[in-house]
Amino acid sequence: MRSLSRLTTAGVLGAAALALLTGCLGSSDSGSGDQDANRNADAKKVELTFGSNSVKGGKSSAGATFIQDVLIPKFVAEQKGKGVDVTVKFQGDGSDDEVYKQKLSLDLSNKSGPDLFQIDGIWVGEFAQANYIKPLTETVGDAAKVDDWDGWKQIPESVQALGSYNGQRYGVPGGTDGRVLYFNKKLFQQAGLPADWQPKSWDDIISAGQALKKIAGVTPIQINAGTAMGEATTMQGILPLLVGTGATVNSDGKWLGNTAQLREVLDFYHQVYSTGLGDPVLQREAKGRDKSFAEFAANKIGILLEGDYFWRSVVEPKEGVAKMADRDTAVGYALIPARQPGAGVKGQDFVSMSGGGATAINPNTKFPQQAWEFLQFMNSAEMVKESLDGAAKITQRSDVNSEVLKSDPMLSFVAEKVLPITQYRPGRAEYPKISAALQQATADVVGGKSTDAAAQAYEKAVEAAAGGKDKVTSN
Amino acid sequence: MTSATAPARGRAPARDVAGLGVGRALGFVAPAMLLIGAFLIFPALWTIYIGITNYRLTGVEAVSPSMVGLSNYTKALNDALFHNALWLTLLFVLGSAIIGQNILGFTLAWVLRRARPVVRRTVEAFTLLAWILPSTVVAYLWVAFYDRDGGTLNSILGTPGTAWLIDYPMACLVVFNTWRGTAFSMMLYSSALQAVPPSQLESARMVGASGWQTLRDVVFPHIRGHVLTNTLLISLWTANDFSPFLLTKGGPNHESETVPVYIYNVALQGGELGYSSAISFLLLIANLLVSLVYLRLLRRRS
Repeated sequence: MRSLSRLTTAGVLGAAALALLTGCLGSSDSGSGDQDANRNADAKKVELTFGSNSVKGGKSSAGATFIQDVLIPKFVAEQKGKGVDVTVKFQGDGSDDEVYKQKLSLDLSNKSGPDLFQIDGIWVGEFAQANYIKPLTETVGDAAKVDDWDGWKQIPESVQALGSYNGQRYGVPGGTDGRVLYFNKKLFQQAGLPADWQPKSWDDIISAGQALKKIAGVTPIQINAGTAMGEATTMQGILPLLVGTGATVNSDGKWLGNTAQLREVLDFYHQVYSTGLGDPVLQREAKGRDKSFAEFAANKIGILLEGDYFWRSVVEPKEGVAKMADRDTAVGYALIPARQPGAGVKGQDFVSMSGGGATAINPNTKFPQQAWEFLQFMNSAEMVKESLDGAAKITQRSDVNSEVLKSDPMLSFVAEKVLPITQYRPGRAEYPKISAALQQATADVVGGKSTDAAAQAYEKAVEAAAGGKDKVTSN
Repeated sequence: MTSATAPARGRAPARDVAGLGVGRALGFVAPAMLLIGAFLIFPALWTIYIGITNYRLTGVEAVSPSMVGLSNYTKALNDALFHNALWLTLLFVLGSAIIGQNILGFTLAWVLRRARPVVRRTVEAFTLLAWILPSTVVAYLWVAFYDRDGGTLNSILGTPGTAWLIDYPMACLVVFNTWRGTAFSMMLYSSALQAVPPSQLESARMVGASGWQTLRDVVFPHIRGHVLTNTLLISLWTANDFSPFLLTKGGPNHESETVPVYIYNVALQGGELGYSSAISFLLLIANLLVSLVYLRLLRRRS
């Protein structure tokens, strides 16, 4: 008898607990929708936190230095003039982008996290769907106040898309970039290749690689592959190759499946990594991308596909993470060729991919009005110019670009030659899952699987991620 | 349950020895029960609950997850990567705990029994150090040890360029975890060995028993319970250990992705909180099963 009643008690307790739990998940939306956008608008003492995946002396050091030493003090001084006592804390991070994203989404799902934060353009969709970010007009409350900001006129549509989802602005973008093939001119000279190398097809890349292979201790080609590098594999590997076959990862609302173009890309990977032109082990290492940078800087990699970030922050002679004192003379750059001339997307001979991030406002900030003021201040022509600190970078603002890019031949090359032919990733919420499937496919090929098997496994993953066969292209 | 309560019926007066009364007794137990409830039972129930939804870290399902019944579990049963994780966990437990830590721990305890105190203290101190250092520090040391370019192991063996963590990830993890966790087995076995009566060891020596015979017929019967306890504890710890992540992140290409690492990757890398909770619950059940088997073994012994 007693044991029976004990069982009942346990059952009742368990049922009560489950009943309590039910309906707790996903309730994060309720309440935040009807917050007053003008809360604390007149506060005289304001505290803001700024989250960014950058840290002084580490990842994107220059960006962190600018925010901490220039942007924040100037904003504080400006606000002091208006009689407002503002404190802005910088919450820097120096980790892989995926790790930063996990931390940020965990924070935001619990309605905490920094008041303003920088995110990658491809996260905007899934963050918006999860209500982790809201359209600026909603967070700030006053559509006119947001839309009338004069900065928007200086930011091209394609760049504004980096901070937008479904036609609404969720954040202010922070510039864009373009991808090229970097090559080591010293190694090229040794291999008897020209210093103004410009491959016209994938075969040209392979034959340059074969020439480089003859130099002992040199890895001819580095095209990112595998899952360990995360989005860097997709952006500096699969997608630039894919657009070179004439396909894009999403066309007419359908995701790329097991198509001939995908198999061409995987075949190229197979060719590079099974014939000793690339280092398959490096692609599998936990810190492979950082190592590839160090090897390039040490004259051990011949050709490497990267964005202009590589030029500005990696092999940059003073502050780069893998400094090359002779960067300006030793590092060459070329457009990424399509598989064959004319085979690229839109019939192009050369192709590229671009991305970029945006700064968004936390919908649960205590100070939405002040956060928007900070965002405007940060993206004013004056501050954007200051952020460059004499160096050049493709900023979000056309007025600043036309002034600063002249001083850096590499970046004006990107602005003039690459941006007109580039492609952006689709700003859809499913994209990160598709991207992960693409990375897995290259991991399979580099790990020794056949192209066909990898492509089939990829298609299965994409069908699951996209939500059905009818949302995937195939042939 | 009835058999457990039956003996109490005969000696009813002994039920309230301390004379506290039910109310006060409950008062004493309450803080412990509250802690257990908050940190053990609630999270377990929460895991079960999330495991039957499609809750995600980002996207639409982060705002409005829906009930999906048992589909996460059926998915797990057909998930080749989950099978892979189970198999790797089994290898990891077998290699590093059941064989590695057990045997190395016992050997150390057995050898050190007769060693000079200075030697024993020193060896014990180093073994313990491996156990008490923070995982992040240890992982950093081992990454440096195994590293392909200029790693310590490659310098010792004269094999520059061998990527140990890429080419032999599981073997590396087994060696690492054996090194990391041996201290517990060593300590447990040293105290267990003191329970072996010296007179019996002496007799065994007198009748000319070999070292192996002594171990098998004299020592082992005395410490069998300890062997079981030790094996159970280190198996459970190892099966739930997350430090492999710090060395390999489960890579390359899932080749060292044990179940806890897989759960983490699914939950945070893939954002599938619902599915990862379902797998967590399966791991919890596996833990319970192992414990049950152990309890039965112990009971049969007594």
